[in-house]
Amino acid sequence: MTLDEFVTAFAEEFDETPAEQFKADTVYKELDEWGSLTALSIVALTMENFGKKITGADLRACNTIEDLFNLIQTK
Amino acid sequence: MENPFSLEGKFILVTGASSGIGRGTAIACAQMGAKVVLSGRNETRLQETLASLAGEGHLVLCGDLNSEETRKEIVDKMPPLNGVVYCAGISQIQTAKFMDQLSLEGIFQTNVFSPLMLNSLLLKKKKIQKNASIIFISSISGVYRSQVGEGGYGATKAALAGFAKSLALELSAQGIRVNTIHPGVVETPLLEVSNGTLGEEELETLRQKYPLKRFGKPQDIAYCAVYLLSDASGWMTGSNILIDGGFTLK
Ligand SMILES: NC(=O)c1ccc[n+]([C@@H]2O[C@H](COP(=O)([O-])OP(=O)(O)OC[C@H]3O[C@@H](n4cnc5c(N)ncnc54)[C@H](OP(=O)(O)O)[C@@H]3O)[C@@H](O)[C@H]2O)c1
Repeated sequence: MTLDEFVTAFAEEFDETPAEQFKADTVYKELDEWGSLTALSIVALTMENFGKKITGADLRACNTIEDLFNLIQTK
Repeated sequence: MENPFSLEGKFILVTGASSGIGRGTAIACAQMGAKVVLSGRNETRLQETLASLAGEGHLVLCGDLNSEETRKEIVDKMPPLNGVVYCAGISQIQTAKFMDQLSLEGIFQTNVFSPLMLNSLLLKKKKIQKNASIIFISSISGVYRSQVGEGGYGATKAALAGFAKSLALELSAQGIRVNTIHPGVVETPLLEVSNGTLGEEELETLRQKYPLKRFGKPQDIAYCAVYLLSDASGWMTGSNILIDGGFTLK
């Protein structure tokens, strides 16, 4: 999965936030819709697409979607 | 006067006795005079529990309760029981949208199917004596409240509460009582599952939401189990007991 594809998949987990709002440099934690449900969805999405397990701590450590993408690559 | 809360002379099986609430329950039962049968998978930790029990005559029956074969072997070695605490259980976090069938089957196997089938076998082999007391450790999750990602876990815990009602009826003729305990968050290794997503900061925020300003300790649950196992609770059956430091009050 490329960074662009990850951004698209990331956006799909949000029901209220318009997809256009998601870019590689989006600071996801600042989105109104960011919360435990969306966080768990991103954990599941990462498992499904990369076969890798990220934690709540990982999500807290990153700022942008790209940061998270890069962190996933190192796992 | 004889102490109605004593467990003197009673044989009590505790599953999940190698850790957390089950270990605390085994220790409290022994303190109150019971002979305890300790069940769990990890032999080393079961032996640690055994070493911390007061009194003599306790028994360790190690094995994976998810295996039918193991359940049979364990029941064959079981002394006649005056009480059972079904405490073995696992936790899991997955949202409804990303539900994974294998994980769901896994948690239902451990939390529901295994205790129910062990219970069935104990009854068939007449290992549960008249006037015994059976306890299922459920949770506040599922029956009283939930949080995102806890649907599967909560469903298993609600299943136990549902089952216990029917079992209480079926066994009432023999004077056997069946009750469930519903703990809020208790500090045990099980918490680490949620810790993966929660983090220390959020855990502290959650802790502050408990009106009594702390999470539970295994003893908080164990002492309730002692009461339910003792003759003091002789007229209690089919009850769901909530112990949550006031968490569900608001
Ligand atoms: N902690 C809480 O906040 C909380 C709140 C409400 C309800 N509960 C419930 O309380 C019960 C005990 O939880 P805990 O916090 O004490 O958890 P824990 O410390 O993780 O202990 C779980 C116990 O279950 C045993 N177990 C798991 N799978 C088993 C299997 N297949 N066969 C045999 N034994 C098995 C474990 O044995 P080994 O370690 O030897 O494998 C261990 O002794 C669970 O049913 C849980 O759902 C806990």
